[in-house]
Amino acid sequence: MAEIVLDQVSKRYPDGALAVSEVNLTVADGEFIILVGPSGCGKSTTLNMVAGLEDITAGELRIDGERMNERAPKDRDIAMVFQSYALYPHMTVRENMAFPLRLAKVDDGTVRRKVEEAAQVLDLTEHLDRRPSNLSGGQRQRVAMGRAIVRDPKAFLMDEPLSNLDAKLRGQMRTSLSRLQKKLGTTTLYVTHDQTEAMTLGDRIVVLQGGNVQQIGSPQHLYDEPANLFVAGFIGSPSMNFLPVTVENDRLSTPLGSVPLPDRSRTLLSAADAPRELIAGIRPEHFEDAALVEDHLRDKGHTFTGTVDVLESLGSEKYAYFELEGEGPQARQLADLASVTGSADEGGGPRQLIARLSAATRAKEGAELDVWFDPAHILLFDPDSGRNLTRAE
Amino acid sequence: MAATTAPETAAPAAAGGNAMHDARRRLSWSVINLLVVVYALVPVLWIVSLSFKTSDTINDGNFIPRSWTMDNYAEIFSTGIFTRALINSIGIALISTFIAVSLAVMAAYAIARLDFPGKRALIGVSLLIAMFPQISLVTPLFNIERELGLFDTWPGLILPYITFALPLAIYTLSAFFREIPWELEKAAKMDGATPIQAFRRVIVPLAAPGVVTSAILVFIFCWNDFLFAISLTASESARTVPAALAFFTGASQFEDPTGTISAAAVVITIPIVIFVLLFQRRIVAGLTSGAVKG
Repeated sequence: MAEIVLDQVSKRYPDGALAVSEVNLTVADGEFIILVGPSGCGKSTTLNMVAGLEDITAGELRIDGERMNERAPKDRDIAMVFQSYALYPHMTVRENMAFPLRLAKVDDGTVRRKVEEAAQVLDLTEHLDRRPSNLSGGQRQRVAMGRAIVRDPKAFLMDEPLSNLDAKLRGQMRTSLSRLQKKLGTTTLYVTHDQTEAMTLGDRIVVLQGGNVQQIGSPQHLYDEPANLFVAGFIGSPSMNFLPVTVENDRLSTPLGSVPLPDRSRTLLSAADAPRELIAGIRPEHFEDAALVEDHLRDKGHTFTGTVDVLESLGSEKYAYFELEGEGPQARQLADLASVTGSADEGGGPRQLIARLSAATRAKEGAELDVWFDPAHILLFDPDSGRNLTRAE
Repeated sequence: MAATTAPETAAPAAAGGNAMHDARRRLSWSVINLLVVVYALVPVLWIVSLSFKTSDTINDGNFIPRSWTMDNYAEIFSTGIFTRALINSIGIALISTFIAVSLAVMAAYAIARLDFPGKRALIGVSLLIAMFPQISLVTPLFNIERELGLFDTWPGLILPYITFALPLAIYTLSAFFREIPWELEKAAKMDGATPIQAFRRVIVPLAAPGVVTSAILVFIFCWNDFLFAISLTASESARTVPAALAFFTGASQFEDPTGTISAAAVVITIPIVIFVLLFQRRIVAGLTSGAVKG
């Protein structure tokens, strides 16, 4: 149990590349923190710095108030679960899990008891005398967890521990991991590139991009009030729709038509001295088939008509894709996001819009559909800085 | 192959043809294998056969001795020359192997895992040593060792053996170390191991097949060496078996020592055969499977 503090922690490689830039983060005792971001964002480097596997170039790492920068990994009392599990192939499951205790010179009786307790928790009792090579992926993953929990470390560090499992198993392990962490109450730093994992597991999420912290907050907070375009686009699946918009008096001219600017947004915009050309963000679930919206709501919102390009039915809901005319929104952060998500169309040209509709919709591919949305849900971003202008600090 | 493409009615015939084709293939492979084995083993068996022949039947040209005798073996062990040489050989080869492999394990680990200035130079130099014609070094070594008092001593042979065996051992071992996932070492560190503990308890056990392989290679290299053994020794005190064989004489000046030389040759082959048979499984077995997802 421990509080971990990263104070202006930076990492610069000998070749001059800045991998992590001045990260400030306080992980409270027992908290489950997720570091999320695209590959190469510095999240694993940050984790390795906390572990002691990589040197900290600048700044200070404190665990329970003590400076850790110069301590060797073994003196930090932290356990780590690796993406590849890194089980010792020449040892049985029991020996693997006992290894940290043996190194700590714990007596045999205690080792046996602790290993068996951990095996019980992780449902590994009948596999204790097998070797890792004879185990399935999920079992190996649990052995790696077991090796981490046997010695009651101050904190767990997990580097994409579930990414090698198949989708169904990953879902199960996610739940049991969450349960285990609650039960043990151990401070946990968890690295993932999967935003679903981040949303479901963490008490708080740290979004990293290019070595910089973009935003730190609870999953819901990040979802509802992203600090900038990057966070907005990265969190949420399918991701947020971005549209180029222009502020004209009290109205917002969008590719979906002109909509009134909500009062709250207007005050915030004038306070922020915002430019006229902005980028609007609206999540797919804030759209609905106009035919399914009750009348009194329909008047409050805005309805536009579009041709359904592609319709994907997931059973419980449907995703409708619309093609938009004109230029797409231009912003540096969107370009970053595009290079990360691999969508090539962020640069401009015709843009698409995704709407998440109720399964009851009558929408058909190639047919026109009236779509309704509430302008109150529109987030506005500064194209230059990417900052969310509709977010009260 | 043929059966799958043939029409159904012709299938049985095609299957029969297939079986015949298979049999012929197996036969031709067997013949080739047999040829290779015979080519490799006949000289060895010939030596074995010679070692069991009495001195008057040695030149009779029979592959299987007409009259069997253990006299040759009794004779080589009765004189001090061979036993003394055998002790020298075993001692020098084991000590050289031990030192060379211990050094090579550390050097190979450093080459495989660490970045340090001069790494490329080190690899280059060790390759150069491996390529260097040993014959050109014999004279200088002879002079140096005489000056230093190493001539005709165990260290006088152990030192050049280590030098020439190291590159070989470093190369084989660094290949093995490169195969071991780096994360295992990180995991060991996180589990509370010092770098030495991580190396000794995780890396070395995993590299064991490699260590054994290179130990055998180095041992064979030292065991078989004739050039250094003949040039850097002058008496029984450090002469190894390959060199001692050259000094074998018959009971009288006119007696042919072929029988005793053959017996000695058979005796010195035995440790190698035992060594390889003993560790064959370890050499072949890959231990790293299951370490990481793969």
